[in-house]
Amino acid sequence: MGKARDTLLAPVFEDNPIALQILGICSALAVTSKLETSVTMCLAVIFVLVFSNGAISLIRTHIPTNIRMIVHMTVIASLVIIVDQFLRAYAFGMSKQLSVFVGLIITNCIIMGRAEAFAMKEGVGLSMLDGLGNALGYSLILLVVGVFRELFGSGKLFGAEILALASEGGWYVPNGLMLLPPSAFFIIGAFIWVLRWFKPRQIAKDPAVDQPLEEGV
Amino acid sequence: MARESMGQTFTVAFLLCVVCSVLVSGAAVVLRPTQEINKLLDKKRNILMAAGLSEEGRTIDELFERIEVRIVDLSTGAYVDGVDPGAYDYIAAAADPEQGVDTSELGSRAGIRRRARLMPVYLVSRRGEVDKVIMPIFGRGLWSTLYGFVALDRDDLDTIRSLVYYQHGETPGLGGEVDNPAWKAQWNGKRAFGDDGRVAIRIPRGAVAAGAPDAVHSVDGLSGATITSRGVQDMLHYWLGGEGYGPFLERLRDEGEA
Repeated sequence: MGKARDTLLAPVFEDNPIALQILGICSALAVTSKLETSVTMCLAVIFVLVFSNGAISLIRTHIPTNIRMIVHMTVIASLVIIVDQFLRAYAFGMSKQLSVFVGLIITNCIIMGRAEAFAMKEGVGLSMLDGLGNALGYSLILLVVGVFRELFGSGKLFGAEILALASEGGWYVPNGLMLLPPSAFFIIGAFIWVLRWFKPRQIAKDPAVDQPLEEGV
Repeated sequence: MARESMGQTFTVAFLLCVVCSVLVSGAAVVLRPTQEINKLLDKKRNILMAAGLSEEGRTIDELFERIEVRIVDLSTGAYVDGVDPGAYDYIAAAADPEQGVDTSELGSRAGIRRRARLMPVYLVSRRGEVDKVIMPIFGRGLWSTLYGFVALDRDDLDTIRSLVYYQHGETPGLGGEVDNPAWKAQWNGKRAFGDDGRVAIRIPRGAVAAGAPDAVHSVDGLSGATITSRGVQDMLHYWLGGEGYGPFLERLRDEGEA
């Protein structure tokens, strides 16, 4: 049981895909200007990651090594298209706002990374848990960034006014930078700093000795 | 069969493709009707937005009752009966050899190669009188064709009330700012035609100076989206000019009634 628990929870804080592995940050910049879009994106990534890990783990013993990457891509792309079709059918306004970024889940390195690093080696149940854990780790960052950006950028959360805006007779002057993608970098940077303050083990002491961090887009 | 053999590679690739294509096409086919309904509702919502009808607890269909749809023959400007406006699709008609016309010469600036002979117009009534005329427009931006509506005041058929786009593929944050409420709000009250009766709308680069002589015809360019801005300008010139709704607007002006 201990292993399953670790597989699920470790990626959330100990080995967070965005904060420690610096994977999948591009969508963390693109969709987090509002909490609503962040939540939809999180749900989409949770679905894709859980099922791509599960499906790849299920057929892992049959996949020839030389075409394994393209097999991963096919599975992931199919799942993403299905998510996109569902959003268009049941959350049309949301799919219009997210536009290309749902499709870009295909290129999210977390998903490809987990397929290659975990699902190719472990059983179906454990792989799905790993997928869920990593997706939750990704979601945690997206939600934190989304809360900060929407609250300070437009004074709202989920579209409901929290801070009374100066333009409507209140006191809060929104910080326009928060609505621009670079602000997500600052917030993720601050998040990593706070995380490593509590968990000093994550600090890379000597880059020459430590394993280099994987880089992702 | 060995895992790394050629046969295994082809078998896995083939089976995977079959399973994935069944799932993907299954989802697309099953969800298509719901998506179509959404698209139609979204279009109606945009017509209502162009009409300035707000949704005070009313459904889209209720509000839509205040809008009359007529089909116009663009070459004469006359209404055409016998075409069901609900079922008529002006985008599909443009591609049809019978129902569409080649406009690649006159529409080249706005990137309009073909358009339908017949276009729908939406007459918005207020207290029993038509007060706005909404016309569908489309044209090229940078990456995509933008589809939208322009609303003119019925009184003078000159004052623009709104310009909305319901479908486009411009870059979010740059050309996609055609959806920005602040930018869209600028259109309200602009005059479409100059003193000589020609379309005078301009979208110069950057902000329009308040005292500029043609400020009443001009809207700020979208920063970082010069080509999209020019596309919007060109398509308004095309559609409001003689090639587009010109004859129709002329006829309404002469009649003085819709």
